[in-house]
Amino acid sequence: MKGGIRKFGAADRRLLPEGRLSGPMPWVIAIMMFLTVLAAAAGLGLGSAASSLDADLANRVTIQIVEPNPDLRQTQAAAVVRALRQQPGIERVRQIDASEMEELLEPWIGAGGLEADLPIPTMIDVDLQPETYERLGALKAKVAAAAPSARVDDNAQWLAPLAKLITSLKWLAAALVLLMIGATAATVVLAARASLDTHRSTIEVLHLMGATDLQVARLFQRRIALDALFGGIVGLVAASLVLLVIGNRVGALGSDLLGSAGLPPLSWLILFTLPVAGVLLAMLVARATILRALGRLL
Amino acid sequence: MLKLLYLAQRPSRGLIKLFNEDIVTMPRRRLPGFRRRIGVVFQEFRLVPHLSAFDNVALPLRVAGVEERDLETPVNEMLSWVGLGHRSTARPATLSGGEQQRVAIARAVIARPELLVADEPTGNVDPEMAKRLLHLFDSLNKLGTTVVVATHDLHLISRINRAEMLRLDRGQLLDPTGALRHPPRRTEM
Repeated sequence: MKGGIRKFGAADRRLLPEGRLSGPMPWVIAIMMFLTVLAAAAGLGLGSAASSLDADLANRVTIQIVEPNPDLRQTQAAAVVRALRQQPGIERVRQIDASEMEELLEPWIGAGGLEADLPIPTMIDVDLQPETYERLGALKAKVAAAAPSARVDDNAQWLAPLAKLITSLKWLAAALVLLMIGATAATVVLAARASLDTHRSTIEVLHLMGATDLQVARLFQRRIALDALFGGIVGLVAASLVLLVIGNRVGALGSDLLGSAGLPPLSWLILFTLPVAGVLLAMLVARATILRALGRLL
Repeated sequence: MLKLLYLAQRPSRGLIKLFNEDIVTMPRRRLPGFRRRIGVVFQEFRLVPHLSAFDNVALPLRVAGVEERDLETPVNEMLSWVGLGHRSTARPATLSGGEQQRVAIARAVIARPELLVADEPTGNVDPEMAKRLLHLFDSLNKLGTTVVVATHDLHLISRINRAEMLRLDRGQLLDPTGALRHPPRRTEM
């Protein structure tokens, strides 16, 4: 006989009756995992949108030449482009051409093209180096000198409230994920305690035969891990389906902003690791709960 | 008292020495090792209800870490010895009281304990099986196992000549010197 071996073998897993889907715990974990994956996906998607917004807006201004006379408008626009290109600290200057303007305005004025007498401002996108962006006042003066009808719009300033909202929602999603993790852990604690009570007489017999707390805890740990794995996979599959449907609907909208909230492959990878993390969490919590409860027995 | 002996309870005060160690002050983590040296026949059997007779008897060996391939033969032999070789797959609920008691006894002795504590071990078996069980206890004792049997059947225990007999009455040990078996001679006046 080998003394001191701490693990029960495969045959001894029967020591606790099987029937891992008999209780509500796997389904509760499935619901928790479903909500956790959705919240995590929202957080990751919003994070992606915030990054995209940052990349689009960082150090970028748009100059509008608001001049009803088309010739004068074109002259001033050319003067601004020329002046900016001679200016140090400018990354890129790009005048939006007529076809792109038509495309941008199509949702409002229809697909018929721009009327020649419609006074549409000429727009110039300018990417600045960070130090130039910090001295925007000097740039505005240069632009005003080249084109009196020019108006410099700081994109970040206009979209700052939206960026703040996205960031807030991202942190809210992260908080929800943490709350879900806490709720899942609490569920496991309750399930472990209930299971311990159900099998108390078997545990007492095992103890009297010389089973250690760790041996007994492993039996519960394995059982709860299987429940958590089942719940985790069901929750992940359901949430993934929902995310795919939402992704398709967003894609159909054709919105750049909503489209930027899509999930890159790394985000999907993170979502797929959540059930594994859930199983590990459930095992650790179950182990701690069972060992603590057993420690109170003789 | 039996519960104290097989470490199901620990005293709040006093001294209990088991295998030359004080189990009252012993740290809890050392108790499993001690319990593996003790076999217990519970009065109410305490078989694990969802396990077969085989698995119940194999339990102490599995707890001690014996490999599956090494426990099949001794468990089957022990079940055959107590007359239950043909019922190894039966669950406790399908066994009679006597059969359950024999499974409980087989489980208690399978790991060759250094101390065997049996609470009314022959209460539910027929006289012939009771004699066989006592013979088993006697054989274990000869091999070095200390056997403690709690029983109301003095007649049965008297058959083992070497057995010390002590009487407990309401928690008091009435004749600690073994006077139950060897009562003092009356002196005629």
